[in-house]
This record gives sequence, structure tokens and C-alpha cells, in this order.
Amino acid sequence: MKYFTIILALIFCTTSGFGQQTPAPKQKNPIAIIGAVAHIGNGEVIKNSTIVISDGKIANIVNADEVQLRLSSDVQVVNATGKHVYPGFIIPNTTLGLVEIDAVRATDDKSEIGGLIPHVRSLIAYNTESKIVESMRPNGILLGQITPRSGRISGTSSVVQFDAWNWEDATVKTDDGIHLNWPSPFTRGRWWLGEDASIKLNPNYQEQIAEIVSFFNGTKAYSEGSQSPTNLTYNATKGLFDGTKKLYIHVNDEKGIADAIGFAKDNQVKSMVIVGGEEAHKVTELLKQNDVPVLLARVHSLPDGDDDDYDLPYKRAKLLVDAGVLVALENSGDMERMNARNLPFYAGTTVAHGLTKEQALQLITSNAAKILGIDKDYGTLETGKSATLFISEGDALDMKTNQLTHAFIDGRSISLETHQTELWHRYEEKYKTQQ
Amino acid sequence: MIKSKLFAVAFLCINFLSAQDYFPKNDGVIAKNTNYTAFTNAKIHVSPNQIVENGTLLIKDGKIVSSGNAVTIPKNTTVIDLSGKSIYPSFIDIYSDFGVEKPVRQSGRRSGQYNPTRTGYYWNDHVMPENNAIEKFKFDDKKAEELIKAGFGVVNTHIQDGIVRGTGALVALNRHQGNEARILDDKSGQYFSFKKSNTSDQSYPTSLMGSMALLRQLYLDANWYAKGNIETKDLSIEAFNRNKSLVQIFEAGSRANVARADKIGDMFNIQYVILGGGNEYERIDQIKALNAPLVVPINFPDAYDVENIFLTEKLSLEDMRKWDQYPTNPKVLAENNISFALTLHAIKNTKDFKTNLAKAIQYGLSKEKALEALTSIPAQLLGKANIIGSLKNGCYANFLITSGDVFDTRTILHENWVQGQRNIINDFNKKDIRGHYPFSLANESYEMTIKGDLDKLKAEIVSNEKTRGSKISHSDNWVNIAFTTQDSTKQEFIRIIANIDDHKNLKGKATLPNGSKTSFIAKYSQTASENKETKSNHGKKEPTKTFSQLTYPNKAFGLKELPVQETLLFKNATVWTNENDGILENTDLLIKNGKIAQIGKNLTDNSAKTIDATGKHITAGIIDEHSHIAAASINESGHNSSAEVTIEDVIDETSIDIYRNLAGGVTTVQILHGSANPIGGRSALIKLKWGENADNLIYKNAPKFIKFALGENVKQSNWGSSETNRFPQTRMGVEQMFIDYFTRAKEYDTAKKSGKPYRKDIEMETLAEILNKERFITCHSYVQSEINMLMKVAEQFNFNINTFTHILEGYKLADKMKAHGAGGSTFSDWWAYKYEVNDAIPFNAAIMHHAGITVAINSDDAEMSRRLNQEAAKTIKYGGVTEEEALKFITLNPAKLLHIDHRVGSIKVGKDADLVLWNYHPLSIYAKAEKTIIEGAIYFDIERDNELKEVQKAERSMLINEMLKAKNEGLKTQPIKKNEKQALHCDSE
Repeated sequence: MKYFTIILALIFCTTSGFGQQTPAPKQKNPIAIIGAVAHIGNGEVIKNSTIVISDGKIANIVNADEVQLRLSSDVQVVNATGKHVYPGFIIPNTTLGLVEIDAVRATDDKSEIGGLIPHVRSLIAYNTESKIVESMRPNGILLGQITPRSGRISGTSSVVQFDAWNWEDATVKTDDGIHLNWPSPFTRGRWWLGEDASIKLNPNYQEQIAEIVSFFNGTKAYSEGSQSPTNLTYNATKGLFDGTKKLYIHVNDEKGIADAIGFAKDNQVKSMVIVGGEEAHKVTELLKQNDVPVLLARVHSLPDGDDDDYDLPYKRAKLLVDAGVLVALENSGDMERMNARNLPFYAGTTVAHGLTKEQALQLITSNAAKILGIDKDYGTLETGKSATLFISEGDALDMKTNQLTHAFIDGRSISLETHQTELWHRYEEKYKTQQ
Repeated sequence: MIKSKLFAVAFLCINFLSAQDYFPKNDGVIAKNTNYTAFTNAKIHVSPNQIVENGTLLIKDGKIVSSGNAVTIPKNTTVIDLSGKSIYPSFIDIYSDFGVEKPVRQSGRRSGQYNPTRTGYYWNDHVMPENNAIEKFKFDDKKAEELIKAGFGVVNTHIQDGIVRGTGALVALNRHQGNEARILDDKSGQYFSFKKSNTSDQSYPTSLMGSMALLRQLYLDANWYAKGNIETKDLSIEAFNRNKSLVQIFEAGSRANVARADKIGDMFNIQYVILGGGNEYERIDQIKALNAPLVVPINFPDAYDVENIFLTEKLSLEDMRKWDQYPTNPKVLAENNISFALTLHAIKNTKDFKTNLAKAIQYGLSKEKALEALTSIPAQLLGKANIIGSLKNGCYANFLITSGDVFDTRTILHENWVQGQRNIINDFNKKDIRGHYPFSLANESYEMTIKGDLDKLKAEIVSNEKTRGSKISHSDNWVNIAFTTQDSTKQEFIRIIANIDDHKNLKGKATLPNGSKTSFIAKYSQTASENKETKSNHGKKEPTKTFSQLTYPNKAFGLKELPVQETLLFKNATVWTNENDGILENTDLLIKNGKIAQIGKNLTDNSAKTIDATGKHITAGIIDEHSHIAAASINESGHNSSAEVTIEDVIDETSIDIYRNLAGGVTTVQILHGSANPIGGRSALIKLKWGENADNLIYKNAPKFIKFALGENVKQSNWGSSETNRFPQTRMGVEQMFIDYFTRAKEYDTAKKSGKPYRKDIEMETLAEILNKERFITCHSYVQSEINMLMKVAEQFNFNINTFTHILEGYKLADKMKAHGAGGSTFSDWWAYKYEVNDAIPFNAAIMHHAGITVAINSDDAEMSRRLNQEAAKTIKYGGVTEEEALKFITLNPAKLLHIDHRVGSIKVGKDADLVLWNYHPLSIYAKAEKTIIEGAIYFDIERDNELKEVQKAERSMLINEMLKAKNEGLKTQPIKKNEKQALHCDSE
């Protein structure tokens, strides 16, 4: 009941009518969060911290047991004694803001037609007023990589923050990477329609890879030439070879991962990331040798085969981290958008299956920031970085104690209300007045 | 007595037996043959357990006159000496489609078709008892030849299409006469299956449980019709009733379906002959208990091609074991005294039958049982033992002449006689010259080995360590051989023609390339390998053993032995009682005889196994009120109401989801019908006793439940734009449908209670149970308008809705639900996947709970159900529910909603010992179930899980190795399959 009242108190301070939440204004006064356990996001913890936020940045973060900061009179102090502060969680490879209701086609903007469409950009379709996006914030998820789906090359993603008037305001990193859906090395009949269930090597596999190689070669040749007339698809791909864009290769099986790594190397792709990687734990050496990070498939999922360990999806992260692979968590798949708010609990589950809490936290903060290339400003609580962070009553990786009291994006104190909390209050009120 | 060459006899038979007495004859005179044929000095297998050495078989007019040692041979007899040969009754295939084409499916999937295409017949197109195979029968001479070569003489054929398939025909494979002779019985049985007909697109039934319900209702309707209570014409039912006296044969096709078919028969006192799947050995006790005669296929799987390591990783242990274990099925059936016939069904190539049969024998099936399964048993099952299946007097002269033991792969099948008509397969006058022949020609010595099939011989000729190119042919006791000379570039041949003497020696002459002729002699001797095999055949061979384990269920994580109840004493645990005692720390818990025996401090029990639970937590087992795991089908969407179907019919105890749920602390689940229609099917309430058979999972005397549904699914909103022809298509229609059904159910119930005769209707029976408060409704529901509507409909008919499941807008009318007395079983945080869940909020459980409603958190999902503790914990975050109450959302409260809280749901002395030992606070994300216990038996143990993982790794590796060996030995392999089940949700078909 205690958490409950605190939340209520907060809500009444910040709520302003129904509908989507109004984005918070720019930070005016400096803020100091004192007394909290600060989870830095890089594996470290400060048990009694003082964090000063100024002009949207972390001006200072210190161990209060060692350093006493003098706070000027205009500093707004938030006493967070006994509470926990975390860097804003980051959800990579998400379609948040691209689809509102799965079953309503008119609300679906995640998949464009055409096989090789790197020029198609998710950013401009990202709906900042999505009710689902705002529901991320009360759970601590403040940033996301908005990613298109389908096709061989599905398009270009961008990284956004979750409190903005429009997509331009939301942008953290524009066009950060291109997403390649790796051909499946295997094919098989649709057994549920009575087709042959046997699984075979995909006879078109090499051809499908050759198609991508040829497209990449085309880009390289185009870059060398006059670039006239303009080719939109090549233009969009150039960044892979000058290091301004990453290549996200969506692939799950062992063979595909190995082939994808070889492919990226052979084709001089500057920076690649494995997305999914359900069998990445079988090729950790290769991943390490080539410095390839993994955005790991949804932790809360069923094992692929009957023979697999029941806890395989829960312990994959541990297997990769122990092997020294850079890992962050993603959750694409069935009902991915509404489930994205469970990101902290995916991380929590990896703790039950072997990681430490701070290691697990890295999977959704610093590691994600590094992989997405936004670690200069985001992903950890370090002086000079963006003040994108939140305060939770307790351990934010455990749903029982994940209770946010404050959240900040670039120092702006954002609303933790949502369409859902508003309905909650409305009906609580209804029954109260009936009594 | 005339001794003659056999072909003359055959000739006579053809001429004299083909005409019928009363038919006019315009191409000659009617000449009657009343002669006998006797086969003497043979080893005669009169029946599987009656063997006559040096016996005589006397036949006349296509029938057996007598057989044995004391047969008097009449004067007008042609005698055929069969010294050294054996005679067997020819084989019978009781499950065949010989000469009857299966209708081909006409169209692809269009929008649902809910009405039948016929009139004057039963309301369901897939019920076709009026079909008679004989009307479609067309003798297939080519196929007959193939079957005769495989040793068959009689087949029982039928139209393999539809759920009720009508009658079959018993046909002799007589290639020399017409149907007048061949047809032994034009209505030899009535056939059933669970599969729909290709001839109709009528939607119902869409599921296995629908097929089962349809059959049950058909029996009831047929009975009602037979009593003259239906005034209109139903040609299907009339035929069905006529066919009742015939043998009833059911295509089940798998071990689990055999049990399902038998269950239907039991209800109506019918014992089907059931076609199995070849995996009956997996739970032989269950099969034995059915007491049903079986027909089993022997289509043993080939080894998988495991050369590609990536592909091999997708292959399941379950499938690998099938390769290893299927050949043991006939042996296991025989050892358990289960009566069974063997069939060619499911064997793609008839030639494989012999090989597979030999394999079954190699794996321990006795030859006597094998012969029974191919002769006397099918004959008995068809009620035709007096005319087929043995060589007793009066039976048809259907028999095989072989060089020896019919089941030995090296034995030659010489002739297959059908109705006294001779079919020569390998002329027994033709000598088997396969063997080793050294010879020399023109001062050069050669080693010749003759091998291959009798009708396709090959000669391997080696000289000076060089193999010569060669050709051999054999006819009329002469062989022709041609082979190349030493210098192969010259393309010169040495040609030989030789006669075969009684000792298989070859004598003749050779023509050399230069044209000169010289005499040729080659003496026969056995080849080395032949020698070895003959020897080993004489000694008693040990049956081949399987490599793999047989577990329950027979797949990964299956158990070698079923867990048993234990007396367990947990010391020093944190016990979440869910009772007034609340959460007890540092407490001991004793379980005994499957029940909770004692809770307290410092407990002792000498017979107990003590488990130190210091720092650990014990809760009641988790109960998932809304699950779709472990079922072979979930939705019967062929009708807008399917109250007649029950999930209890289709429980799949082999589902790995059972094990995975146990690993998440789940002990009880309600498997609900899906939400494809407003009135769904009846539920199955099961305990997750991994390893037990389906029936043993079901709660005994469980309260009865049925699934109802509202909203987008039942009005087919998300089924595509073509699905607009099933009522209801709107929420308005849904109300009227309920009112219609309950009105009719009420009238039905009144009629039933009046004591007058009434037409028994399973659907109406089920709905009447609801009206009589004997069955509870769990209703899939989302938006407040429809929820309110259903409560009002229920109130109108004077009953209550027990549970609203999903109930995502329950928070909007919690006060009305409370007043009505409905419970709510909801998701913790699902929303936004369709329009009707736009206002779903994670605070729903908390609001309903605070309003005084009994609230449960459910999964509707095989993944979520294995961590329901986390889902319950979300209600602490979303709405501030206390920890103790949150745990009840997945234990005591669902038990209350399911009316089983007197047995499970809390930790109280006397209740079932369904418990979970957690390593940590059970509502924390960091908790893991270490032991999951049901009625005192440990069904999941995290340590045992680790052991199983290791054991399985070794078993997989061993099986893969054996399959590689099989491939290297040249055995056939098959591509790898990936076993995957579609994860079933409410929306699944």
C-alpha cells in the first residue's frame, strides 16, 4: 500500500487532463537527486549517491559517503534515500510507434514492400503520440531504436527518445543502421497445411546471398563514380562502407550467423551487429574474434525444439556474456510492442539464470547504447552524459519493486502517466464515489 | 492319376473355371472340369499353429477339399510333387483401398461452408455410411499382380475418405476370373475415421474433438431414427443402421487415436477393429487395457540422413527413437497378447513389406504370430475364418508355395494360388543357381559368382584379379553368359551356353572371340556369405535390440519411471499458506500419502525424506485457469456453437509444454476450448503429471466447465474479409445466439424431465447442465458492453456466469460483476493486439480485486504460463496488490474459480500435496522453481533436469552414430523433419 500512495501523490502533481501525455519542457533549474543507490549501467554501483543534473546533462555524480557536493540555492533537490537510480533503459530493434493495434491494418506502418529498400526510413513514420510508446516510460524504458520489418533489406532505423512532440524532436540518432534479414539456410514445407515437414538446406541460399553481395558491390561502384543519376537505394547504403551506418543482420541459426559474419567481412562492412542470435551461444569464439555484438532475441520465449533445455532462452545471455560477447536485449516477435515494457524483467530473468544484477542491467543500458552507437551520451550515469535516467522505489529489474517516482529525458522531468494510468484513476474514482 | 507339368494344370483351370453355369455360351461347348489337384510331399502350414510335414493339399473348384497326412487322392487328380517346398495360406490385408479410388480434394480453402451440400442424407457431408466400396470397385490388375508377388491373396478394400465411410468389400486377388468369383463379400464391414471427406468443404468438424462428437451424435440420432421418431428421410442413417451388424473398422492412425476411437465405441457398446499407428508399444499397458483388436502398419521409418550437423540439430530425440523402436511394435503387441493383424497400409512401396516384416521378426516377433497377423487373425476379425486365412477344408484355395520359411528373406516365393488359380512368381522348376562357380577356359581360371534377384541375376567374373564385364540370362534350365576378355579395350566377348544339372552344375560350351568352341564345366558351391548366413539361421538368433530408451512420454525429458508419492519433510522453509496463517517463516512441512500432513516447527517423521529448505520458499502449486497446452486441438470452429465437443477427448500428454510448465511451478491447468465461436467446447481440468497417460491427467470428479466467447473472435472480425457468412457477425447477433440456444436448451430440458421420449442431443445436454447449475461457464471477454450483456442473458435464464476470462475491461464494470457473482481471470499486462483491447489496463486485476471480485491471473499462452509467478507479481507494480494476495491470483483464487479449492490452492493440512519449492521469494523475477510436486510425487526436479540433459546428450549422440552407420551400410535414409507444434492460443484452430 505504501508504493501505492506514493504513486498516487505523484500522479496528482503531474496529471493534466486525458489524452496523450504532454512532452515535458526543457530543464530550467538544476536538479539534485540525493541518497539513491545509483546503478551506473557499466557494472558499478554507488550506494549513496548525489547526482546533479543541469542543462539536460549529468553535471556530477558522486559517492556521497566520500564527496559532499555543495548545492546552490536554485537546485531542486529530490530526496531519493533508499531508492534506486538507473540510466534510462534502451529497447533496440523495436517497432514501437510504427504500429498501434496489431489487428487493425490501417494502424500498421512497419513493413514496406520491395526486397532491397535501405532508403525506407522508419523515423518519419514514428508516432510520438502512440499510447503504447508512452506506456514504456513508467517501467523505465526511455529510448528505442525504431526499426522497419520484412523484405531482405527492410530499411533504415533511427534511435529516438520517448517524450517528444514530433519525430524530429524525438530523434537521438538519425538513420543509425540498415537492417538485413539474412536468408534462411533451411527450408521446409508448411506441415500444418499437410506439406512435407522435412527440413532441407535452402537450395536458393547462395543465390540469395549473391543478390545482397551484388547490391553491395553496386553501392561501392556507384560511390566511386559520378553518382548521377541518383540512386536512392545505393545512396542509403553508402554509410555501411564509410562507417556512418551499422549493418544489423537479423539471423538466428548457427550457420546463418557464421555465414553473415563472413559475408560482412568479405564485403568490407565497417560495423555489423547480429540481431536475434538464438544460436549465437554456439559461435561465441567467432563473434569475439570479429568483435561482433549481439542484440539477443526475447528472453521470455519458448525453446525452439522439444529437446532444448527449458531454460535455454533464459540463460542465453549468460552464455554470451561469459564468453565475452557484447550483448544487449531485444524483443521482436509476437506482440512485441506492448511487451516491450517488460524489457527490465527480461534482464531480471537473466539474473535468475546466472548473471549478476549489474551485468543484467548492462544488457539494457550501456551495452545497448554501445551497440546502437549512442554511448557517448546515453546508457550510463556518468558525468557529462545526458540526464536520461529514472528513480525507482526499488530494484527496477524486478516487477515487484519496479515503481518509478521520477523519470528524466535529457534533464526534462517527464510524465509517468499514460492512457492506462488515466483509465485506472478514472475507475478507481468511480468506485470510490459509489461507496 | 496323371503326373503332368504344372503349367498344363494352370491352363486347364483358366479354361474350365471361368464360365458360370447359367450364362449362355456362344463360342464353344460348356465343358465342366470336376478334376482335383493335389500338392504332395510339402510342409503344409494349415494354420499358424498347425503344421503338417510331408503333407498333401487337395483342391477342387478353387477350394480346399482336404489337407494333411491322410488325404485320399481321388483318381481324377493332377498330382504335383512339392518335395522340399512349403505351403502357407496366402496373406490377407484387412485395411486396403485396392481397386477403389480415393476422391481427390476439389478446391482450396474458401470462406467457411456451414451447410451440407446434400439433401436426404445426414446433416454432415462427412458422414457417408451409404457409400459402398463395391459400387466404385474396379479390379486393378497391375496392383493385384504387385500384391500377389508380396504374398497376398485377399484384400478387404474400402473408400478411404470421410468420417463414416460406408461398407467395404472383401475381394480375392483373382486375376484369372471375374468379379463373380473375386467378390467374397460385397459388404464386409463398415469403416470410420476422424478425417473429413475430400468430397465436401463443409466446415464442421474442424477438429479431432469435433469428429469424435459428431460420431457420438450420429449414434444417438441413428438410434432415435431407428425407433421411428424422425419423419423425414435420412438415407445416411438408414444405411448406418443397416451396416450395424457388420464388423466396424476404425482408422485411428496413432496410439493416442486408438484410445480415442475405442472410447467412442465403449459408449455405444461397439468394439471397433482399430487401425493403429505403429507406436502402440509406447504405452502398451494402456493399449492392452482397451481389449481392442488392432490392425497395425509396419511402415518403419528409415534412418534420418544425419550427415549435415546443422540439420541434425533440428532432429528431435523423439523422431530418432522412432527409427530405432518402431520395428519392436509387433513384438510388443504379441508379447502382450494383443490380437492384431498386419497391413500394407502406409507402406509406400509394396516391396518394402517383406523387408519390414523380416525386420519385425528380427526384432523379436515370432513367426507364428506374424503368420497369424497375416492370415487367421484378419480372417477372424472379418468373421470369415471359415473361408479364408487357413488351409482347412472348405476354405478358398488361397495359398503360397515357397522354397522354405516364408518369413526368411532368402526364401523364394514360387507361386501364389488364389481361388485355385495359379500365379507363378518364381518357377520352382527353375533352379536357384545363385552361388560360386570356379571354372577354367583356355588355360585361364575364373571365379564366377552368380547373385541378385532370381528373375534378375548378375554374374561377377574375376580372373587375374580383374573383374570382367559380364551378362547372364537364365531360362528353361539353360544359362547364357557373355563376358569380356582380358583386354577390355578390345570389346571382345567369350560366350557360354550351359545346361543346369540337378546339382546346379553348369555344363555346356564356350565360344571364344576367335570363333573356336570349347567345352565348359563349372561346379556349383555356396558362396562364403551364403554359407555363413545359413549357419546362423540354424542357430537361435537373438532378437535385435534397440539402442534408445523408452520413456514416458517417449521423448526428450521423458521419464524412465513414473514419479511415485513420497513422504517428504521440508525443514525451515518460508511457507506461503494462503490461509489465515499467512506467510510462515522458518517452518517445517510434512507431506505424506499425497496430502499435506503437517505444518509447524520442529516436525519429525522417521519415514520421511528430509529436504533442507533453509532460505527457500514453498507455495501451493500454480493453477493456470486459462491454458491451451497439451491438446491435440483447441477450436471446433465449424459451428457457432460446439458445446458437444470436449477437450478431454484430445489431451496430448506428450506435449513438452507440460514439462516446461512444471519447471515454472504449475501443477494444475484448465485446458480451455478456443474462442472461435460464442459457445465453445467443454474444458479439461488436468494435473501436470508428466509421464502419465492422458486419462490419468484429468481430475477425477472434476467440476464441469465450458468455454464461451465474445467479441472480435466470435464475430470473425480478424478472419479476413471473406468470412462473413456465419452468424453472428456483430455483438448484437451474439446476444441473440445465446438467447436462442438457451431457450432451446430450456425446452429440451423440460421435455427430458417430462419423462417422455426425447431425441438425445449432446449439445443441448451440455447447455441444460448450465441451466441446471451443473456446469460452469468461463467466458472469453473483452469489452464492457458484451460482458454486461452476457450477465443479463444468464440472469434471464436464472444462472450465473462463473468466470469471465481475459475480462480486460472488467475494471469498467467490476461493481456489476460483483453483484452478479462472477469471477475474473485476466492477463497481467497484455493489450493493444486488437481493437477491443485498446482500453485493457494492467491495473485491471487490482481494481477487480479491490472491488471484491475473485481474481486470477492466467496465461492463455504456453510461454507465459511457465512464469505465472512473475505475472502475478506485476499486480503489485500495477495497482498495489499485496504480495500475499498477488500469490493467490495464481493459486487459491483460480482454485476457487474452478471449484477445486477444497483440494488445491493453499497449504493446509489434508489438501493435495501440490507444491512448489522455490529458491527465492516466489514473486520475484529472481525466483526459480526447484521442485514441483503433485500429490506428493516430484514431477519436476531441477537436479534431475540437469541429469536428463546429460543423459539425452549422450543418447542423441549414440543414435546419430547408429544412423550414420546405417547410411554407410547402404540403408535408405530420409530427410530430417523438424517437429513443431503451432503454439495454440484462443484464436488457434
